[in-house]
Amino acid sequence: MKTDIILAGVGGQGILSIAAILGAAALNENLYLKQAETHGMSQRGGEVVSHLRISDSPIYSDLIPLGSAEIILSVEPLESLRYVPFLKSDGCLVTNTTEFRNIANYPKLEPAFTELGTKLKIIQIDADTMARETGNPKSSNMVMLGAASPFIHIDKEIILKAIETVFKAKGDKVVESNKQAFLAGREFALS
Amino acid sequence: MQRKLLLGVEAIGQAAIDAGISGVYAYPGTPSTEITEYIQENEVAVERNIHRQWSANEKTAMESALGMSYAGKRSITCMKHVGLNVAADVFMNAAITGINGGLVVVVADDPSQHSSQNEQDSRFYGKFALLPVFEPSNQQEAYNMTYEAFEFSEKTGLPVLLRITTRLAHSRAGVVQRELLPEKMLKLPANPMQFMLLPSYSRKYYQQLIDKQPLLLKYSNESEYNTFSHGTDKSLGIVCCGIAYNYLIENYPEGDCPYPVVKIAQYPVPEIWLRKLEKECDELLVMEEGYPLVEELLTDFFERGKKVHGRLSGALPRRGELNPDHVRKALGHEQPEIAEVPAGLVGRPPSLCAGCGHQDTYFALNEVIADYGDGRVFSDIGCYTLGALPPYNTVNTCVDMGASITMAKGAADAGLEPVFAVIGDSTFTHSGITGLLDCVVEKTNINIIIVDNETIAMTGGQDSSAKGRIEKICEGVGVDTKHIRIFVPLKKNHDEIVKLIREEVDFKGVSVLIGRRECVQRVARMKKMSSSKNE
Ligand SMILES: Cc1ncc(C[n+]2csc(CCOP(=O)(O)OP(=O)(O)O)c2C)c(N)n1
Ligand code: SF4
Repeated sequence: MKTDIILAGVGGQGILSIAAILGAAALNENLYLKQAETHGMSQRGGEVVSHLRISDSPIYSDLIPLGSAEIILSVEPLESLRYVPFLKSDGCLVTNTTEFRNIANYPKLEPAFTELGTKLKIIQIDADTMARETGNPKSSNMVMLGAASPFIHIDKEIILKAIETVFKAKGDKVVESNKQAFLAGREFALS
Repeated sequence: MQRKLLLGVEAIGQAAIDAGISGVYAYPGTPSTEITEYIQENEVAVERNIHRQWSANEKTAMESALGMSYAGKRSITCMKHVGLNVAADVFMNAAITGINGGLVVVVADDPSQHSSQNEQDSRFYGKFALLPVFEPSNQQEAYNMTYEAFEFSEKTGLPVLLRITTRLAHSRAGVVQRELLPEKMLKLPANPMQFMLLPSYSRKYYQQLIDKQPLLLKYSNESEYNTFSHGTDKSLGIVCCGIAYNYLIENYPEGDCPYPVVKIAQYPVPEIWLRKLEKECDELLVMEEGYPLVEELLTDFFERGKKVHGRLSGALPRRGELNPDHVRKALGHEQPEIAEVPAGLVGRPPSLCAGCGHQDTYFALNEVIADYGDGRVFSDIGCYTLGALPPYNTVNTCVDMGASITMAKGAADAGLEPVFAVIGDSTFTHSGITGLLDCVVEKTNINIIIVDNETIAMTGGQDSSAKGRIEKICEGVGVDTKHIRIFVPLKKNHDEIVKLIREEVDFKGVSVLIGRRECVQRVARMKKMSSSKNE
């Protein structure tokens, strides 16, 4: 069993919390994990990508090879498209539909999604709206994690526990709203 | 055994603490910064009060680490690859003095230049200095090799260079920790002249360093981190350095690589394994992260030997970091079918944050420069380097830390007038002060703008040694106080800033203008930290 996930987004959108939660969950399950992330420039608004690999046998490369990721999990639609060469032919692209427009020439994405949709499994979800509806607008990343969770070979309860671990310091209310956001995203993907 | 999820850099920090260091000395630089940050926040480090404050630059850091070693205690010094250029003087000479307490020099290289001016390979420095180099291939090895490097340093009497690259530095994996060792006691060198490099002594010490080389080779040959694995297909023998090994194994998920493989994680290169490989195999393939150091070593200049493939031969890309796909291609394996990136996707180039004071400085400076023409603004390294890009297009150079002032001086000496240097507060105390002294001594006609955001912003907002000291430093170096001018880079002050710069352009001598406003990211972070403390 292995799950290779490309996590994508824009700096400051919370993909590193997603990685931290899956990391804690994998460790809890005694699975092997590698998670490569981009650090560097402090300024906000640049592309951020993380390669997350979970497996029940030792993992060597920190980077996922082309054509072998089970999931692209992106909190921003333009960013989700950059990494499609990493996806397996039967993999799944799960993306937020809310655009982060901090560039002048932000392209029209619909045609690309339509075209790719004929070849790949794509789940598009308005995570920002859904997060607002669950009461914590900052939890759209958890909606996204929820939406991708059916394709990750880790038990739902274990991930929920990891959400608790990661957000514990911020208080019960934050933990609960993030859990709700996760469950809402999960339900959306399963329905 | 309990595993802790750690970045490669964090594993190094943890190992150093566990090995009983008494100090970490460093200047920030991606991807090495988090080694020191990890130690700064670690409970044991705080309890033991291990030295963990940032140094002014890499040279002062490494010298202090050497001083701690002189006093018999274990120390570690960390920097990015170009930082070793700054510390090269002490590094080369510390190889001659040797150490007293164990000394580990961690250098993080950045192939592909994710956030650096170049992608130089620090293993060459190790070779140059005749020092042992450790190059771990994964996070656990990074922990283990760092932990053992202190003892190795004491056993050989030499500093150890631990070389990592971005990918290992910034990737997490589960790491098993070892026993926490006590710190060493204060103990002066047995030979009081050990650190006295007068030629009469240092000739002898250099000979001793040369005489140690066979011993270092023996350790490399025997190292558990350098391995030979057998293979049935002798048409090719593979050499993997550091993390390149992972990309090889990735291509044989069942552990079924048919070729003999030498894995190298400790230098000098393990001669016995390489000789055995060359003897057994028809051709060789060398995979290394960085420059083709080992490939060049194994390639016969006169092309009489066996064929060696790698970055030089074109089997692998000549520059940039490796990945499993490059390696797959070099092995001649087929690429799986992949979807193509849709056409027309644009990048998101980094840009100054909304509200950043550097912007206001640049808009004002642009107005002044318009009177004289472009090409006269020498700059430096930091967030403010983004002033080279639209919409500012203000600054014309970025070479190495501190070069703004000195290059502007050289251009002024050549007759360019007026000239400007734009330098950050931390870059100024890192390497700008000596250049300023040159200007003062020669009464250069130069306008130096210190963009003081009161932090080292580019690398994540560390404390800057410059904070609260810049005016005094300039005064002390000899700048006329009348020409040390302060402004607040805010939009509403635009006209005032333009006027200030114009006045100093009219003065034919050394002017220092300090634009001071705290980095907005740092302000936000501090606010967040204090509110979470109050909760
Ligand atoms: C010799 C060397 N050390 C470290 C670095 C990494 N580095 C690049 S910019 C920078 C900090 C700049 O801080 P400052 O001058 O205050 O500018 P700011 O980013 O705050 O605007 C550092 C540490 C480097 N490029 N070269
Ligand atoms: S991190 Fe600070 S200094 Fe850098 S661009 Fe943002 S506000 Fe400016």
